Amino acid sequence: MPFYVRKNFWTITALALLAILPLTGSRYSIDLTTQVLIYALFALSLNILVGYLGNLSFGHAAFFSIGGYTCAILLTTYNFPFLISFLTALAFSAIAAFLIGLVCVRRNHMYFAMLTLAFGMLVWAIALKWRPVTGGDDGFVGINIPTILSNPINFYYFTLLTSIIATYALWTICNSTFGQAMIAIRENQNRALFLGIDTQSIRLKAFVISGIFAGLSGILFALYNRGMYPESAFWTESGQVLIMVLLGGMHSFIGPILGAIALYSLEIFINQFTEYWQIVLGGILLIVVLIAPEGLAGGVIWVEKNFLKKS
Amino acid sequence: MIMTTNPAFLFVHAMNSLALGMNLFIIAVGLTLIFGVLRVINFAHGAFFMVGAYVLLSFTRWFEHPAIGFWIGAVAAMVTLGLIAYFVERHLLCHLYEKEHLLQLLFTFALVLIIGDITKIIWGPLQHSVSYPPGFNGAVNLGISYYPAYLLFLILLGPIIALFLWVILEYTRWGRIIRAARLDREMLLALGTNVKAVYSIVFVVGSALAGLGGALAVPRMAIEPGMDSLVIIDCFIIVIIGGLGSMWGSFLGAIILGISTIFGTLIFQEWEIVVVYMLLIIVLLWRPSGLLGTPEKERH
Repeated sequence: MPFYVRKNFWTITALALLAILPLTGSRYSIDLTTQVLIYALFALSLNILVGYLGNLSFGHAAFFSIGGYTCAILLTTYNFPFLISFLTALAFSAIAAFLIGLVCVRRNHMYFAMLTLAFGMLVWAIALKWRPVTGGDDGFVGINIPTILSNPINFYYFTLLTSIIATYALWTICNSTFGQAMIAIRENQNRALFLGIDTQSIRLKAFVISGIFAGLSGILFALYNRGMYPESAFWTESGQVLIMVLLGGMHSFIGPILGAIALYSLEIFINQFTEYWQIVLGGILLIVVLIAPEGLAGGVIWVEKNFLKKS
Repeated sequence: MIMTTNPAFLFVHAMNSLALGMNLFIIAVGLTLIFGVLRVINFAHGAFFMVGAYVLLSFTRWFEHPAIGFWIGAVAAMVTLGLIAYFVERHLLCHLYEKEHLLQLLFTFALVLIIGDITKIIWGPLQHSVSYPPGFNGAVNLGISYYPAYLLFLILLGPIIALFLWVILEYTRWGRIIRAARLDREMLLALGTNVKAVYSIVFVVGSALAGLGGALAVPRMAIEPGMDSLVIIDCFIIVIIGGLGSMWGSFLGAIILGISTIFGTLIFQEWEIVVVYMLLIIVLLWRPSGLLGTPEKERH
């Protein structure tokens, strides 16, 4: 095998499997995979803040909903062309993330978490109360999506392609000097400052990047469900995606993807037996926090180190 | 808008703001107390509040006599929350003090999820309500206007609790130890104080206050699953505005939140919530550590 194939063996295998998935003809697995891809992207975007920057955001669902609602409203209420709606929704997520970030990055640690939570709830309140525009607590239903995307297989490929591009972009960002600066801030903000890193500016930029990709996943979510609901902005939704990040492993790039796959599959599995999914979720979170803070990715690395590598 | 010039109308709304504010203060002061010493933001504080409300509900259902049921229920809510908090702190949270803030926050979030479902299992998904306790179900003539006795009781109870806590913190041996634990945990440990016990006690007392706040909120609001998730946001806003860890800060923050919620609703109807957030942003831009908070010394 050529070097680049061997190096990216797992990535290429995963992509190949994803690409041929619709050949199975199973509508169920196509739908499930589409949803997992959307959540994986959402979790990846949050990991920029949590894993790389070390700032715990409890209001990330805000950008997810802003992206989703903006795209939904432009497409349906104003009948804008798809591409324009899509790009404007991304721009709105970016602007919202910039404005909210301006206030939030002034504070660290717990204040940051509480501020992001407060702003997340502000977005939720607006989605809930601005009934003429957002549809209030009934949600915004019946989004006009382009006919080409109304076919589940086409939508699956659209989501897959978008996710791949977005993931690649995030990967590039995380492995650039910018990514290194974020890690330096995570490890020690004061030291990073002394080294000449403009920590506030980096944190704000990271906040905006994270917001844009969360908005992107929100857009995909709205298009997939043909609707957007205020619950998507509620703080427990932010908490859920945070659990995906933590479960997967926040100190690894692919961790959040693993977390999204694991948590989403588990949710569907558990919901067959009981309505008390939250208690299971809380239990998982408790175990991860107390016993395995590195998450699934940490587990994979541990297994590799102890059992697979022959030194 | 003509009505707003009526003094009795304004008075009642001002009193409502205080009643709401003082009820929230009882809850939020527990949060700020815990943060001050343990340096942990307890997301589950709202869930504790909800459990307090449900415990009171059970007691009013068990006892024939409504007054006994109510007041014993309020005490029972504090005791229940104290016990839950003791278990949580001693067996789970204590393993996380040396870890990152991130894990502590997520730990308390796990509690939110677990407690939320457990209350749903025990008390069911339906909405309940409890009337004012006997003796407090009438209205009192305050000269300008009549005002519900129970809400007046809340308005008076808030400052009493604040003064009580203040006296304990400022003038007793335990208060001195708690203040020392806020400043320098290691030094306190070196001086031979049982810091573990201090942490447990503060967490228990703070959580018991959430339980009391929940029990006393019951006649004001409907009891239902999910009632915790909005209260915790209010508490966060209060402690951010007042300054994290500051007892009087949360008192001030609670009054400000009460006023902006009640008068915000009056003036802006459903957009009241935006007023609250605007206030939050203004306070933070003006005084990043909150109105009465001291700038945070980074502790590692």
